[in-house]
Amino acid sequence: MSLTARDLSLFAAMGAVLAMVAMFQSPQLAVTILNMSLISAVMALGVNMQWGYAGLFNVGVMGFTAVGGLAVVLIAQPPVPEAWAAGGLGILLGLMLGVATILAAVIVYKRMAPGTLRGIALFAVLLGGYLLTSLVFGPAKQAVQAVNPASEGYLGGAGLPVILAWPVGAVFAAGVAWLVGKVSLGLRSDYLAIATLGISEIVIAVLKHERWLARGVNNVTGIERPVARPIELQPVPWVQSLAETLGWSVSQTASVVSGLGYSTLFIIVLGLLIWLAERALNSPWGRMMRAIRDNEVSARAMGKDVTRRHLMIFVLGSAVCGLAGAMMVSMDGQLTPGSYEPLRFTFLIWVMVIVGGSGNNWGAVLGAFVIWFLWVQVEPAGRWFMEIVTSGMADGSDLKQHLLASAAYMRLLTMGVALLLMLRFAPRGLIPER
Amino acid sequence: MTQPFLIGDGMTGGYGGADILHNCTIAVEKGEIAVIVGPNGAGKSTAMKAVFGMLKLREGSVRLQGEDITTLSPQARVSKGMGFVPQTSNIFPSMTVEENLEMGAFIRRDEIRTTMEQVYELFPILRDKRRQAAGELSGGQRQQVAVGRALMTKPSVLMLDEPTAGVSPIVMDELFDRIIEIARSGISILMVEQNARQALNIADKGYVLVQGENRYTDTGQALLADPEVRKSFLGG
Amino acid sequence: MEPLNALVSLANFMLIPAFAYGSQLALGALGITLIYSILRFAHFAHGDTMALGTAAVIGGTFFLQARGISIDPLPTAILALPFGIVVMAGYLLAADRLVYRYYRKVKAKPMIFVMASLGVMFVTNGITRLFMGVGETRFEDGQRFIFTVRDFREATGLAEGLALRNAQALTIVTALIVMVVLFWFLNRTRSGKSMRAYSDNEDLALLSGINPERVVMITWVITAILLVLAGTLYGLDKGFRPFNYFQLLLPMFAAAILGGLGSPIGAIVGAYVVAFAEMGITYAWRRVFTYLMPEGLEPESMMQLLPVDYKFAVTFAILVIVLLFRPTGIFKGKVL
Repeated sequence: MSLTARDLSLFAAMGAVLAMVAMFQSPQLAVTILNMSLISAVMALGVNMQWGYAGLFNVGVMGFTAVGGLAVVLIAQPPVPEAWAAGGLGILLGLMLGVATILAAVIVYKRMAPGTLRGIALFAVLLGGYLLTSLVFGPAKQAVQAVNPASEGYLGGAGLPVILAWPVGAVFAAGVAWLVGKVSLGLRSDYLAIATLGISEIVIAVLKHERWLARGVNNVTGIERPVARPIELQPVPWVQSLAETLGWSVSQTASVVSGLGYSTLFIIVLGLLIWLAERALNSPWGRMMRAIRDNEVSARAMGKDVTRRHLMIFVLGSAVCGLAGAMMVSMDGQLTPGSYEPLRFTFLIWVMVIVGGSGNNWGAVLGAFVIWFLWVQVEPAGRWFMEIVTSGMADGSDLKQHLLASAAYMRLLTMGVALLLMLRFAPRGLIPER
Repeated sequence: MTQPFLIGDGMTGGYGGADILHNCTIAVEKGEIAVIVGPNGAGKSTAMKAVFGMLKLREGSVRLQGEDITTLSPQARVSKGMGFVPQTSNIFPSMTVEENLEMGAFIRRDEIRTTMEQVYELFPILRDKRRQAAGELSGGQRQQVAVGRALMTKPSVLMLDEPTAGVSPIVMDELFDRIIEIARSGISILMVEQNARQALNIADKGYVLVQGENRYTDTGQALLADPEVRKSFLGG
Repeated sequence: MEPLNALVSLANFMLIPAFAYGSQLALGALGITLIYSILRFAHFAHGDTMALGTAAVIGGTFFLQARGISIDPLPTAILALPFGIVVMAGYLLAADRLVYRYYRKVKAKPMIFVMASLGVMFVTNGITRLFMGVGETRFEDGQRFIFTVRDFREATGLAEGLALRNAQALTIVTALIVMVVLFWFLNRTRSGKSMRAYSDNEDLALLSGINPERVVMITWVITAILLVLAGTLYGLDKGFRPFNYFQLLLPMFAAAILGGLGSPIGAIVGAYVVAFAEMGITYAWRRVFTYLMPEGLEPESMMQLLPVDYKFAVTFAILVIVLLFRPTGIFKGKVL
């Protein structure tokens, strides 16, 4: 669990870089980077549990974070009574019918002897269940979505304190992970990758499409925040005096203070997770997990139920990703399904884990900081680079404009190169597993 | 004494770490059958792999027709006229019998039909099954495919790693008959065998290895007659 | 009851598009399956390399168009295909040389290869966007239709129309030719057989004097051809947007797994199953049933089982069913 002097100096260097951002760019930017780094660190921690402890390849991080984000809406938003009155019951009934259909299909499959008859029965159950479900669900959904569609058109949430959404987000993600893991674990290792890739696309599709749930692509905004907003902080006397001492504007100070409020919360969560993860990793359980990862065949031969252990760690890691997703939505104060894209929410997290050092929790955290920093800073750097490249060209030339416009994509390239270089020359990462 | 056709001379080495072979010598003459026997873990297969270059030797050398081939890769040894039939996964299961034979002759650029005919003469069953996937054949037939594949390069020496592992006694006798036939055609045979008694019966030369060292070396018949060998290795 | 009109409507909106889409998927899934059986890893950069290959073809097309070269009625992109294939073959071989070869040498675990292919995916993704941006690029030119809805109506006198787009016909024909050529190559040529041998039994292939680096090289070149064709045909049919190509990854993998990873014939069958399932389940059957049902019993709803947004769910469901009931796929996987 101990960090070496070298590890500490790496973290210190990262801190110094952030301090420089605060000094030379802007303090708000530094705080924004810090907060997203902390959230990414939580995600990376989740992925690291799966990959570093158990060698499971989860390509659906995006889906699990999005499910966690959904929890924020469902917990913190006020309920919409008109919508509940219009179709809440129908929707609940519809969902129950859907679940019942699947259960019935499973029972038919398990109880009946294999053969054509079973196939027909199964088909009949599924089709009948589907028709019944859509008969109930369809109109209810329409009714809900018709309620004040400009600002609501959904069932709303439970109106509970937003912080509750964090554990709930983790539970949601764990539930989805259990389903996926049940199906694809115990098979060839790349099947899990493809299954998770699929489920994450589906989660996003559901979030975008099911407007009764969380307004779909219309987004839910203005969600209650766990920390005071900058605008609320501006009139506060101590904020104003702090601004005076620092020589910053009041609005700047307020947003930095608000941001640091989140940082505190996030650091507490992250610290707690690392503590738990480190304890788990160094317990007999953790040693067994690593033994399984390093030699699955002999672990199986020793009578370990490898698939069950894998399912367990997969669910745990996904839950951590869901928690991070909930934290992110509650920081942004909005759920925007359209903004979830796999490169950013899945593959970038992977780069963090690999660069940081798979199998090492501190490594994952450091990787999250370094990569998120690069992700944010490479774009201006790319633009600057392109400006130099194009400085000799005539203003307004097509090529120059094209090159300038495409500077944004430099960061994808940089991330790829970073991943490949680390994998090749320092496969154990910045802070290797011990 | 003249040079043997193929000799692994004073071989010492292992797969990194501890040595498995200790000053072990295996040789075979032209057109003869040499058999390596010994208890489990004696390094029989290792000795054969060393001769074939699948193992790095610390000491000793391998010579084929007097030429030192110690540093050659297995592939290069195939070009020099050595054929090797591994103990397991020795066929291309999804490819047809005929394609298996073709792949055996991959390094040859000349006409391979006559060699294929010879293999079919040797193993007539393969001719009937030549369009069938090799993986669908019975164990004995697969071994025939494996041997046939190795013969396709027209080797001067054929090395077999436990060719009768897992086949029935009848099939084993049949396979040994074929191996004698191959040797009669002038091809030297070097094989590792678990069924020591039957193998020594057809062997011109036998090597009994124990813990990577030569324990007894003599003609097959002499080893079969030796009471010590019988007691310790042939079950009385 | 007008079964003929029902059939025409079905063909126009469902069967033909699904057949074209399935052909595009098949070309992509074939590449995935080839890489899987030779290099033995799941190639996650597949969708993005497909996008880059298409971008190269589009570049070539624009170059030719600017010089007034065309082969009307066929799209100019056909002329630019060789250029795209050469570029992509070079790109993939370079990626192999710089990235994958090292891991082959150290005999890395398959997951490390997958991880490396993620890196390649990022880089490829960035390069594609550097050239093309993220927006949609249309590059279909030449004659758009082989016959239009109006042509068909006038010729047959049916109420429903049927159109066959150039891109669709081209896709189907090209895919069929490519499949035939590929199978001929794998089953009849020395190089093709050496690939199958390598896929079957790597060690024995080595013993037989098959050069693994050569096999790997051929695999990448074939993959380049398949990728560029699949990507270009998809782009001609539906327009070019880099992100769509990334999203093709899921149906392509589903197709390859459904057919049995490593089995080319399986990849093709799997691709058509995925395509028809996706289209069939998200298709609004109302029109077809309006023609089929007796008067007065016409359906009122859209008769769509799932909204189009959920086409991934269909693919995913297929994947789940395969994984649950037959993980080796229809044609037992891991053979070439």
